[in-house]
Amino acid sequence: MRFSRILSSSSFRLAFVYMLLFAASVFVLLGFIYWATVGFMTDQVEETIQAEIQGLAEQYRRQGLRGMVSVLNERVLSRPTGESLYLIVNSEKKPLAGNLNEWPAVLEDRNGWISFYLNRPADRFEQPHLARAKLFQLQGGYMLLVGRDVYDLFRVRALIEQSLLYGIGITIALAFIGGVLLARGTRTRIETINQTSRKIMQGDLSLRVPVRGTGDDFDELAVHLNRMLEQIEELMAGVKHVSDNIAHDLRTPLTRLRSRLEVLSTNRLDSGSQQIVEEALGETDRLLITFNSLLRIARIESGGYQAHFTKVDMVGLVNDAIELYDALAQDKNQTVEVELAESACVSGDQNLLFQAVANLLDNAIKYSPENSRVGIQLDGGREVTLTVWDTGPGIAPEEREHVFERFYRVDKTRGLPGNGLGLSMVRAVARMHKGRIELSETSADSTGLKVIITLPACDGVTVSPPALPYQGDSAPRPQALK
Amino acid sequence: MRVLVIEDDADVANYLNKGLKESGYTVDLADNGKDGLHMALEEQYDLLIVDRMLPGLDGVNVVKRLRAEEKTTPVLFLSALGEVDDRVQGLKAGGDDYLVKPFSFSELLARVESLLRRTQNQSDIVTSLKVADLEMDLLARTVKRSGQKIDLQPREFRLLEYFMRNPDQVLTRTMLLEKVWDYHFDPQTNVIDVHISRLRSKIDKDFSVQLLHTVRGSGYILREGE
Repeated sequence: MRFSRILSSSSFRLAFVYMLLFAASVFVLLGFIYWATVGFMTDQVEETIQAEIQGLAEQYRRQGLRGMVSVLNERVLSRPTGESLYLIVNSEKKPLAGNLNEWPAVLEDRNGWISFYLNRPADRFEQPHLARAKLFQLQGGYMLLVGRDVYDLFRVRALIEQSLLYGIGITIALAFIGGVLLARGTRTRIETINQTSRKIMQGDLSLRVPVRGTGDDFDELAVHLNRMLEQIEELMAGVKHVSDNIAHDLRTPLTRLRSRLEVLSTNRLDSGSQQIVEEALGETDRLLITFNSLLRIARIESGGYQAHFTKVDMVGLVNDAIELYDALAQDKNQTVEVELAESACVSGDQNLLFQAVANLLDNAIKYSPENSRVGIQLDGGREVTLTVWDTGPGIAPEEREHVFERFYRVDKTRGLPGNGLGLSMVRAVARMHKGRIELSETSADSTGLKVIITLPACDGVTVSPPALPYQGDSAPRPQALK
Repeated sequence: MRVLVIEDDADVANYLNKGLKESGYTVDLADNGKDGLHMALEEQYDLLIVDRMLPGLDGVNVVKRLRAEEKTTPVLFLSALGEVDDRVQGLKAGGDDYLVKPFSFSELLARVESLLRRTQNQSDIVTSLKVADLEMDLLARTVKRSGQKIDLQPREFRLLEYFMRNPDQVLTRTMLLEKVWDYHFDPQTNVIDVHISRLRSKIDKDFSVQLLHTVRGSGYILREGE
């Protein structure tokens, strides 16, 4: 399973979008916590400062400067960590008491609040200490500053900000990994269904989608698919059954009809009757051939033949076909131009492949005029390509798809013998061998028909003897034909 | 010659019975596989004609059982299926030939005769064949008529050899394609006729007596005189 396929899968996208939503909600939640915590802590600090100022102002009112300074010193001493900041200056901003060295050179806001940096050594975080303080004007020109080192608050804020960032990063990473894992899981199951359906499309109708037995939605899908497949198989079996029955029911009376005509033809008849009987025999034979071809095409298309594939030496097979049909071409004084690869192997049914090549050669010779040329070409490699071309009237591009339909005949050639099943058979055989068939014109002026069949080559190199052993007399097999 | 026909379709069985009797054979009929197998094992037959599809024990299994009992009676399978795999199955099971319904009676008769002749000649090792004044040397692969050498292409040689091994017997076009070309297929045109007329022009053209004759509606026969 390729990674890009996982990324493009719907389950990955779903999982990813879901995790992104999750990340967004984490972000909002942490944001709220940040806002609430930091806001609360700031309020707390400011309220405390406010209260202290009120307390100190009260002291000043009651006991004057001296009293307030002593309370202030007491407080400084009782909180040696230096978190609480105090400073009293006179009208010249000269410090009188407190734990700050100088009056901060910062302008206060409307309510008398200032923020300033303390002149303290930076800690391991390399962060300067920030302080928050309130200024208070006392009677007599004195100024009071009460503040807090809000460094810890700042730290908490930075920590929450940091965890927000990390949180988002981690959630996205988890979203990705989770998405991949989830997608892989579902893809594996979907792929199982895909593979099964591909095999079924190739003709093995007996296959079923595996069911895990966990009763989940995939199992439910598999069960439904399997039920559908069962119905299709039943229908196909029904069709096959009907066609077998037709075969059986029509072939027997046809055979009897033919045999009666045969008996009649051996009787002493006047020459007129004799001719009629012979024509009737000929018609019966053509009917039987059409009938057999039709049934055979139906059988091939329903995938009933696959069981008997062997490795077929296409060069030998094509040579045999040429040798058989060259005689027909010579009768019409046609030249057969042959161009064959040294070796070409196809895994298939020898007799059906021969039937296809024979049909193509038969057509090419039949539709090409006398004293003309026809050609056959075979190319090996990963794909085996068989090309048969003629110099006949050709087939108009718009008619090309139709010639594969059963009984379809091109108008121009209706007068010639044939049952309109030849190319249907060729296509059925090509498809059964997982091949393609294409039609084009032989030459640029759109005359002639060129049929190109492309079949997958067989895996191995070795070519086994024909599927059907020689069943003839005990005669020695002939030497290799050249 | 005794022939046993194992066929469940009464129409086909009667048709075979009538036709074979007219051609001088003694015919026994069995309408199911079990009876057929029993008869084939108990009696001496020269040939069995067995339908592929039979009620109870099917044709392939009848022949398998028969071969397991070391009965070598030649078997001609009949089948309405005519599928390649059925054909191969039938031949693998020990059938000697296979004929697809519908068949013409002449086709059946030609194959029956060919099978019987094959079993008769089986023991002889033949190195030369002779029909009238036509002689074939199988070792030197030469053909002479009235002492006059005739040049044949390899396939023409094989075609003539098949005729000379089955003289006075009708050989159908399908039989020729199967036995001489080794392919089982339905030609759209009677391509065989062209090959026969070529062979005929080589062996008959310069001689007053014709040997290779056409049998209308059936096939060809090699024999001296009409």
